[in-house]
Parts: sequence; C-alpha cells; structure tokens
Amino acid sequence: MSSLNVTAHSVVEPTPTVKRIAGAIVIIYALVTMVPLAWIFLTSVKSPPDSISYPPKIVFTPTLEGFCNLFTTRTRQTPDYIQSLPAPTGACDEITRNRNMVIAGPSNYWPRFGNSLVIAFGSTFLAVSLGTLTAYGFSRFRVPLADDLLFFILSTRMMPPIAVAIPIYLMYRQFGLSDTALGMILLYTAVNVSLAVWLLKGFIDEIPREYEEAAMIDGYTRLQAFWKVVLPQATTGIAATAIFCLIFAWNEYAFAVLLTSGSAQTAPPFIPTIIGEGGQDWPAVAAGTTIFLVPILVFTIILRKQLLRGITFGAVRK
Amino acid sequence: MSEIKIVNLRKQFGDFVAVEDSSFTVEDGEFLALLGPSGCGKTTTLRMIAGLELPTDGKIYLDGEDVTYNRASARDIAFVFQLFALYPHMNVRRNIGFPLLSQGVPKAEIRARVEETAKLLRIAHILDRSVSGLAGGDRQRVALGRAIIRRPKCFLMDEPLGTLDAEFREVMVHELRELHNRIHATTVYVTHDQHEAMAMADKIAVMNHGVIEQYGTPQEIYNRPASMYVADFIGSPPMNFMRFHSGLERGTRSIFLDGFEIAVPEVGEDVAPGEMALGVRPEHIRFSDRSPIRGAVYGSEYLGTNQIVAVETASGIVKARVSADHSFRLGETVGLEFNPAKLAVFDCASGRAIASSLYTEVHHG
Repeated sequence: MSSLNVTAHSVVEPTPTVKRIAGAIVIIYALVTMVPLAWIFLTSVKSPPDSISYPPKIVFTPTLEGFCNLFTTRTRQTPDYIQSLPAPTGACDEITRNRNMVIAGPSNYWPRFGNSLVIAFGSTFLAVSLGTLTAYGFSRFRVPLADDLLFFILSTRMMPPIAVAIPIYLMYRQFGLSDTALGMILLYTAVNVSLAVWLLKGFIDEIPREYEEAAMIDGYTRLQAFWKVVLPQATTGIAATAIFCLIFAWNEYAFAVLLTSGSAQTAPPFIPTIIGEGGQDWPAVAAGTTIFLVPILVFTIILRKQLLRGITFGAVRK
Repeated sequence: MSEIKIVNLRKQFGDFVAVEDSSFTVEDGEFLALLGPSGCGKTTTLRMIAGLELPTDGKIYLDGEDVTYNRASARDIAFVFQLFALYPHMNVRRNIGFPLLSQGVPKAEIRARVEETAKLLRIAHILDRSVSGLAGGDRQRVALGRAIIRRPKCFLMDEPLGTLDAEFREVMVHELRELHNRIHATTVYVTHDQHEAMAMADKIAVMNHGVIEQYGTPQEIYNRPASMYVADFIGSPPMNFMRFHSGLERGTRSIFLDGFEIAVPEVGEDVAPGEMALGVRPEHIRFSDRSPIRGAVYGSEYLGTNQIVAVETASGIVKARVSADHSFRLGETVGLEFNPAKLAVFDCASGRAIASSLYTEVHHG
C-alpha cells in the first residue's frame, strides 16, 4: 500500500524553516570570518600602548596615530626644540609632537602601494588578455595536440610557484629584472595565465559558435566577429577570471620578498617592516593593511554581479 | 537574386565522409529543400554553400562565379540558424541592422531599412525589445529580418522551424512560403521534416549517408521515388514494400507476387534474377473481394477523412489508406487491389527503382 503524501510546499523550494536555518548559518559564518578584519581595523585606530595591552581593549579612545605613523617617518626631539617650532600644521603634526617627535618626511607606504597597483593590475590585464586569446583559439580551432598543450599549460600550476624561486631569482638577476615592476608583472602573468586559459576556455566553449558564424556571414571578419560578438558575451567569464588573477597578484608575498627590495617593492613585503620605537608599530601595520584591502574590495564590488555568475562556472544560465 | 550551382561537392571529416559527390543547381528564385535524417550531410552541404566549411573537393558557383574557397563574408548570402543565433547583447533593432553596419551603410539608412524590414515581417512593435524575452515565433522573424535586410543573393536556412512547437510551425511554414512568394529569393532550406519540405519547396533533394538519393519536384519525389530509401522516407505512412524473387525483362507488364500476377507499369530494362520489392503507396490500395492478394485486418487508425488499415498478408504487413466510412473487424479477411499505373518496382540489393513507364511517362496528378 502506498499513500500520497501531500505537502503544502514545493519539493524543490526549501521550506521557510530551512531558509531561516540556512540564513543563520551564513550570518554566523560571515561574522566569524569578519572578526580578523574587524580586529585589523580596530587596531589601526588604537594607540600603540592600547594595541598591545592585555587583555585586549574593546573600548578605547580612537586615534589616527597609526595612520600618521604609516604615512610618515619621524625623529625624536627635545621638548624645548618642539616648543620652539611654529604651531603644528595638521592633526598628524600635533599627534607626533605630543609623542615628543617631529615629522621628518613621508614614508615609503604610498610608493609601495603604487607599485602594488601597477604590478597587480598590469599582470591581471596581461594574463586575462593572453588567456582570452588562447582560450578562444583552443575553443574554436583544431589545434594540433590541443589536449596535451592544455595539460601542459595546467601543469605549470602543479607545484607551488615558490618551488622554482631560486632559478627565477638567478634568471632575473641575469636579465636585470630583479626589483623591477616589469619583472614582477611578467612573473605574476606567467603564474596566472594558466588559470586564465582554463577558466576562460570553459566560458568561451559555452558561447555557441553560431554567433560568430552569423556575424561572419553578416559580412564581418573573424577578428571583428570575435571583438563584436564573442567578447561582449564573455564579459562575465573575463570579469570572474580577472578577479581571481588580481587577488593572487595583489596578495602575493613570497616572490615579492625575494625579488623586490627597493624601487619595485610591493605593499605586502613592505607592511610588516614598519617599525616603531621599541618594536613593531602594530597600529601602523594595521592601518597599512586596512588601506591595502580597499582596492580589491572596490574591484570586487564593481564586478560582483559577474563574479556571482562566474564563481558557478557558467552553471547558471542567463 | 541568383543561381546556386554545386558540382561534385564532397566533404570528409577525418575518415568520415559527410557529403559524397553532390551536384545540383538551384535556379534563380527557386526554393530548394534539402531533406534527410540527421547526419545525412544536408547541414554540411548548406554550410559549404555558406562558406562556414570548406569542401574537400568539388565546386560551388554563385551566379556563375566560383566561390568555393571564398570567405563567408565575401559571398553575399544570408543564413538562418536553427537556434537563430540572435546576438543576446543587442536589442531587436540592432540585431536586424547588424549586417548593414558591416557594409558601412549610413545610420539613417540603416534605421529606415530596419523599419521597412520589420514592417514586412510584422515585428515593428518589438524593435526596441531585448531579444532574450522574445517568443519562438518572434525570434524566428527577427532572424529572418536579419537575413533579408541585406537583400543577399540567396538565403540558406538550417532547420529554422526545428525548435518551434508543432502548432506554430504550421504558421511559420505558411509565413515563410508567403515571404518567398513576395521577395522571390533563391533559398536552400535544410529540414528533416518531409511535411515542411513538401509544403514549401519548389524542388527537394533527398539525402542519405552523404548522397543525394533523388532531386526533383515534391510531386516527382512522392510519385516516382528513385530508390526504396526515398519511397520509405517520404509519405506517412510510407510506401509499402512487398518482396518477391524474380528477374525482369524489358517490356514486361506484370510481376508475380506469391504466384499471383500483378499488373505493373511497363518495365524499361532487363534485370537479373534477385530479390525485388513491389512498392505501393497506401492510397493506391483498394479493398476488393475479387483480388487474389488476401490478408487479415491487423489494426486500423482512424484519421477523420480516411483511415489507415494494416493488413497482414503473406508478404508482410501492408497499410492501406481507405475511406473512413467502412469499419473493419480485427482478423477479418480482405482482398487487396493495387492501382496498376502507380506501382513501382525496386531492386532490393541496391535499393534502386527499376526503370518503367511510371518514370518515363508524363504524369497528370
């Protein structure tokens, strides 16, 4: 005997209770992952003594000292000398003088941050451009040994890139690429391009050939068809790939430490070297990290619609 | 408008021969249907005419000009794809105007011609809509609009009605033929649906395994099938085949089926003894008690104006299309009489139709 179980809800739609539980789990998970970020931000607006007090202070008087210390270099002076100076010109000037110091000049933070922008966005642009062209080629033409070549491209990611650090270091020194933005852009492009090819091939495979064929019959060359018909439809995949590439290049630490030390140094190896008086200047480090997070946040927010579809790797149909 | 001529066209993918030695000519303003099951090479043939595939061998002429190896964009043809291939990032207006844009036509003229085309296809009201929200029939019309706006030398259509539901397909068959009557564009239309081909085409090429089995008007294809394959593929239900073993002589006017003499159109060639088949269309069978060919009623299918009655004979099951007035009991014995002028005889080994007066005499209906 079988009886028909009649339920009020659809079998594919979750019930309200299930939705509520799922929502609660997501909120708890989000809170847990946000704690370190919140901690970094709070530390950036603490005074140096507050930042290392134990037990940690949740309630404290916020100060911009961390940001001031991040952007400047300072020298200690006698109170008499400080008294003799003209009135302070800004908030940082005042904070610094209260600590019996004067601002000696700007720190290296903004130049390092600028290096990060140039290197990360430059390598992302290159990796995605090369990746799109390569993926299109593999997707649309009968490439001899296509499968082997694709496997070879992927195999470049089968070991951690840092495993080849020493040969790369020697090679870069030989070619004069050490501590240059170009060198770092090439390196990050080389690491990212395999990911870009594989991700984008999936996206381009999904775009029916008929669109290009229609455009070619409508009087366009293949290149024009690629530009006017394929690219506009691949934007989702390109955006998702760009974010993955950017996050890698932006956060990369090991090669940056190894290959950059001066003019081409990026922010990740620079931030931990911010030293205050008598040890690490934690508020300044936290301030540097907070600002460092902003570009990737902005980029992700701008592309979040594409990213959402991109992360599912085309599983969601338009 | 123009003429399409194909000479000994052949296409091979690796070891697989998709199209074998095809030749035909589509005259100016003619509507040709390439008909056959999936994988028979009809779409490949169409894509070679379009320039989307290059032939392995053979020639393609457009208006007398050899375009075999020309780029698709240089051929001045229009193609309607099975899934329409409307550009999803453009609205209807930009989709229809896209081919003109490539020719550098001024904006104002593109606008005017898009509107004129839209009026012709009765889609002027949806010009500014996005293509993603359109119903099947409207997508079809937009795809047609994009094809006709350029006034190309010819239209190529790859199963353009394949994705529409049955009811709508009928409407579009009518619309397509009406459009063809108005603009008289040379058209090659690929389909696996015999009804579409019969209803629209001036000429039909029936393809099978990369070979054109028969090329002719719908009437020729139906009444005088060149092979068992064509006879079986066209018509529903298809032609009945009643097998017998015999040789034939030129001038013979009858064959023997189960020992009974059956009158057939005068045979036009000598055939060595072998397995043969008598081909009879269901509508060329009458029930007659005097006939020596007898069988038991096996089943019937009522169609309103007439009915299909299946009869189990010594030569297998034969389907007859007869008046719907009479109803038959299952197992009832009936005699079958064939219209002698309409019978075809086939050689079973090759599938080829035996030459007879059926194929040589001028037919009237």
